[in-house]
Amino acid sequence: MCGIVGLYLKNPALEARLGELFEPMLIAMTDRGPDSAGFAIYGDEVAEQSIKLTLRHPDTEFDWEDLAEQAKTGLSASLEWFQNANVAVFKLAADESAARQWFAEHAPDVLILSIGRSIEILKEVGLPVEIAERFSLASMQGTHIIGHTRMATESAVTMEGSHPFSTGMDLCLVHNGSLSNHNRLREALRREGISFETENDSEVAAGYLTWRLRQGDTLKQALESALQDLDGFFTFTIGTRNGFAVIRDPIACKPAVLAETEDYVAMASEYQALTSLPGIEKARVWEPEPATVYAWERQGQ
Amino acid sequence: MKTVDLSKTSVRELNQALHDQAQTCTEREWQVLQPAGKHNLVCGLDQNLSIDIQGHAGYYCAGMNKKAHVVVHGNVGQGVAENMMSGSVRVKGDASQSAGATAHGGLLVIEGNAAARCGISMKGVDIVVQGNVGHMSCFMGQAGTLVVCGDAGDALGDSLYEVHIYVKGQVKSLGADCVEKEMRDEHLQELAALLNRAGVNEDPAQFRRYGSARELYNFKVDNAAAY
Amino acid sequence: MSDINVKPGLRESATFDRHTIAEIQRAADTGIYDIRGFGAKRRLPHFDDLLFLGASMSRYPLEGYREKCNTQVTLGTRFAKKPIVIETPVTIAGMSFGALSANAKEALGRGASAVGTSTTTGDGGMTPEERGQSSKLVYQYLPSRYGMNPDDLRKADAIEVVLGQGAKPGGGGMLLGQKITDRVAMMRTLPKGVDQRSACRHPDWTGPDDLAIKIQELREITDWQVPIYIKIGATRTYYDVKLAVKAGADVIVLDGMQGGTAATQDVFIEHVGIPTMAAIPQAVQALQEMGMHRKVQLIVSGGIRNGADVAKCMALGADAVAIGTAALVALGCNHPKWQADYEKIGSAAGYYDDYHEGKDPAGISTQDPELMSRLDPEEAGRRLANYLRVLTLEAQTLARACGKNDLRNLEPEDLVALTVEAAAMARVPLAGTQWIPGQGF
Repeated sequence: MCGIVGLYLKNPALEARLGELFEPMLIAMTDRGPDSAGFAIYGDEVAEQSIKLTLRHPDTEFDWEDLAEQAKTGLSASLEWFQNANVAVFKLAADESAARQWFAEHAPDVLILSIGRSIEILKEVGLPVEIAERFSLASMQGTHIIGHTRMATESAVTMEGSHPFSTGMDLCLVHNGSLSNHNRLREALRREGISFETENDSEVAAGYLTWRLRQGDTLKQALESALQDLDGFFTFTIGTRNGFAVIRDPIACKPAVLAETEDYVAMASEYQALTSLPGIEKARVWEPEPATVYAWERQGQ
Repeated sequence: MKTVDLSKTSVRELNQALHDQAQTCTEREWQVLQPAGKHNLVCGLDQNLSIDIQGHAGYYCAGMNKKAHVVVHGNVGQGVAENMMSGSVRVKGDASQSAGATAHGGLLVIEGNAAARCGISMKGVDIVVQGNVGHMSCFMGQAGTLVVCGDAGDALGDSLYEVHIYVKGQVKSLGADCVEKEMRDEHLQELAALLNRAGVNEDPAQFRRYGSARELYNFKVDNAAAY
Repeated sequence: MSDINVKPGLRESATFDRHTIAEIQRAADTGIYDIRGFGAKRRLPHFDDLLFLGASMSRYPLEGYREKCNTQVTLGTRFAKKPIVIETPVTIAGMSFGALSANAKEALGRGASAVGTSTTTGDGGMTPEERGQSSKLVYQYLPSRYGMNPDDLRKADAIEVVLGQGAKPGGGGMLLGQKITDRVAMMRTLPKGVDQRSACRHPDWTGPDDLAIKIQELREITDWQVPIYIKIGATRTYYDVKLAVKAGADVIVLDGMQGGTAATQDVFIEHVGIPTMAAIPQAVQALQEMGMHRKVQLIVSGGIRNGADVAKCMALGADAVAIGTAALVALGCNHPKWQADYEKIGSAAGYYDDYHEGKDPAGISTQDPELMSRLDPEEAGRRLANYLRVLTLEAQTLARACGKNDLRNLEPEDLVALTVEAAAMARVPLAGTQWIPGQGF
C-alpha cells in the first residue's frame, strides 16, 4: 500500500538533472507511504566484465575502506568505491556469485541492496524527504530511476521490508497493492533456489521475476507469466539496466499514471507527483490498461 | 470574482470558504490557482457557485457536489464528482478511474478520456465523455446516462441496472447482462438533448445504445456461471 | 427437529448429521446456496469461557448503587471537533432500513436515545424517522452508497466507513427482491423487486493509502466536525487495525464473526472470520504498539448479549461495544408470542433467521405493511431502553466487584479463562494457573 514513481530519460541532456527532477516526485507521494522510502537509480555504468554493488551497514561509522581493501585482496579484483551515508557502492571486476559468496563469508553484517552494472538501490525507514536528504538524491545523475514510498500492510516496517526490491542483476521492482497468494509462491520459489529476506509480498513478486528470467524468459515474457501466477492487486514498476516497465493486475484498482514527452517517460501513482516535471503540460498522459505490459528500453545497448 | 491560490492557501481554507457560501452567498464566482493535483478540492459544495480550477486536481475533486458548476482546466484524479447530486462538473483534460462514481444527479462532462470504472454504481447522473472510457465502466450502474464519444474498454456495463449507455466508437467487450439495444426515436432525442446540454457537437445517429438484458435481476440457477 | 421416528440402535453420523444431509438435499433441490440472516450458529469460543476475579482482600470492591462507577465514554477524540459522548458504552450497530422496517429503525433510535447512546444507519440510507428519533446517529458509508447524500452526511453525528462486517468479511450485502418495496427501491435507486447484491469493495478506493484520501474527503465535506469510524470484520485484525489508524480513523469498529447480518450466504456466516474474543487482544495490541490505545477508540461487536459480555470486552481493552442481534431480540424478534406465525413459515420462536424473506412475524425484518404494523416503535423502543439499562447495570456490577470506579478501568488481569482455547485467544491465564497459552499473535 504505497506510492510509486519512476522517471526514464529519453533525452541524454537531462541525465545530469535526474535526481533533481525525481526528488519532488518521491516527496509528493509521502501521504501514500509515510513508513519508509527508497529508490533505484541507474547510471554510471561499469564495464562489461565488472559489477557494481550497493552495500549497507546499519552503522554509519562502519569502516568501508577496510572492507574495500579486504575485498580487493579476497576477490583479487580491481575495486573502486564511494560512500553515501551508511551505504557504499563497490565497483568490482568480479562476477556476481563470487562477490555474493565473499561478502556473505567475510562481511555478514553487510547487506547487499543491489548488484548490477548500472543499478544502485538506496532505501531506509522514514519519510521520503528524510531519505532524499540522507542520500543527497537531488545531486544524483543517471538515465532512469524508480522510487517507492511505503505504507506497510502486513510485514514489518523495516529497511529490509522497504522497496525497491532487487531481483537479480540490474533488476528491481516496486509495488503498490497487496498480493493474495504470496506465501505459497514464496515456498515454491525457495524450492527453485530463490532466497528471500522478508515476509513481504512484493519481495515475492521480485523473486518471481528473477526466477522467470533465470528460466530464460525475456522481461516481457516474465511479466506476462506474472499475470498468470500472481493473485491479488498490484501496480508494479520494474527497472532494468536499459529501461523500465509498468504493469497492473487484470482488475487494476491501484492507481497508476503514465506521462510521455520527447524527453522522458514518467510513471506515478498519482498525477500530483508528475506536476513538477518540465513540459508536463504538453505530455501525453494516460492510465495504463489492466494486464498490459508497458516497457521502454534504450536502443543499441 | 474571488481568486484563491493554493500555493498560498490550504485546501481546508478553500473548502471552508466555499462551504460558508451555503449560508450566505457573498461570492458566486471563484477561481482556483496552482491546484497542483491536490486532493479533495471543492468537495461538498452546496450553493450555486461557479468555480474554475486552473490546473490539475487530485482525488475526489468536486465530490458530492450540489448545485455548483465546476470547471477543471486540466486532469483530475480518481473519483471526480463522486456521488454528485446536482450542478455540473466539466473536466477539460482526462479523468482517472471511477469518474462520477455513485453520482445521483447533475452533469459530468469529460473532454478527454476517462479511465477504468467510469460511472461505477451511478445512480442518476448524466456523464458525457468526449474521449474513451476504460474497462468496467458503468459497472453496476443503476440509473442515469453514460455517453461515450470515443471507445469503451472491456466489460462495459457489467451487472447493469437501468442506466442508458450510448457509445459512438468501438466497444471492446460487453460485461455480464449488458446488451446492445435498438436505438429508437426517444433515445435519439434523449441523446441529442444531453449532447446539447454538454455542449458536445456529435451526431446522435452515429451512436449505439446499450442497456441491461435484466437477466440477472433475480437469481436463476441457469445463470450461475454469470454470478 | 424431532426424534420421534428414530428407533434405538440407529446411529446418526457425526460427519453427515441430519443438518448436513438436509443441506445437501436442499442444495440439490434448488441449485442455490443457503441465504439467511442472523450470525454464526456454530459453537465458538466465547466470553462465557471467561470469568472475573472479584475483589476480596487484595483488592477492595465498590459498593453497588452508592459508590460511583462511570459508564460515560467519549468517542472520536483524535481529530473531530465534535466527539460523541455516550452515557453507556453500549451502542446500536448499523442495520439498514430495507433490511429492517421503518418502525424497527425508529424503535432502535428511541431506545438508544432514551439511555443516551448512539444508533447507526445501514446499507440503504438515512430515514427521517431514524434521524428524528436518534439523538446520536452514526451514518454508514458503504460500498453500495445506497441513498448516500451529502445533506444526510452533514446531519450525522459521526460517519462510519464500512470495510467489512463480522458475518461476512470480504463480502457485500444482500437484499432479496421480496423486500425491495417502492420506498426501499426509491431510496436505493433500484428497480422494484430485484435481488440486490451490494459490492464488497468501495467503488472509488481500494486499500489504506487510497482510504486515507477518502477519509480526508469526508472530513473536508463535513468541515472536520464529526468523528470518522472505520468498521472492519475481524480477520487479520492486528494488521487491519494498524492500517485503519494509519489511514486516519478516529474510532475503529471491530465486528467479530458472531456478528449478525440481514442476509448472506450461510457458508460465509459460519466459515469466515475469527471469534470476537480472539479479535479484541489483536486490536488492542496493534493500538498499544502505535501508542493509540484510548486515543483511537475501539468499539467491539459480534455476539454481545449481556452485561458480562460488555464488561469482558471492556476488560480486554474495548472502549465501547455495539449490539445488533441482541437489540432486535429486545425489540421482539423471535418472541414466543408469534410462535404460531413462525410455525406457518416453517420456523419457530428462537430459531427464526430468514430475515431476507421479509416475512418476519415480529414485524422487524420486513417491509410488509401488515407485519410491520405489529411493531409499535414506542413500545419496542422502551423494551430496548430497558435492555440497554440492564446491560449497563450488569457491567457496572461486575466492574464494582472488581473495585473499579470506571468501566474502562477493567483490565485483562481481572479475567481468567475456563478453557485453554479461551485462555489462548483472550490472552488471559487459565483459571487457577498463571498459564497463558500461545503468546504473540
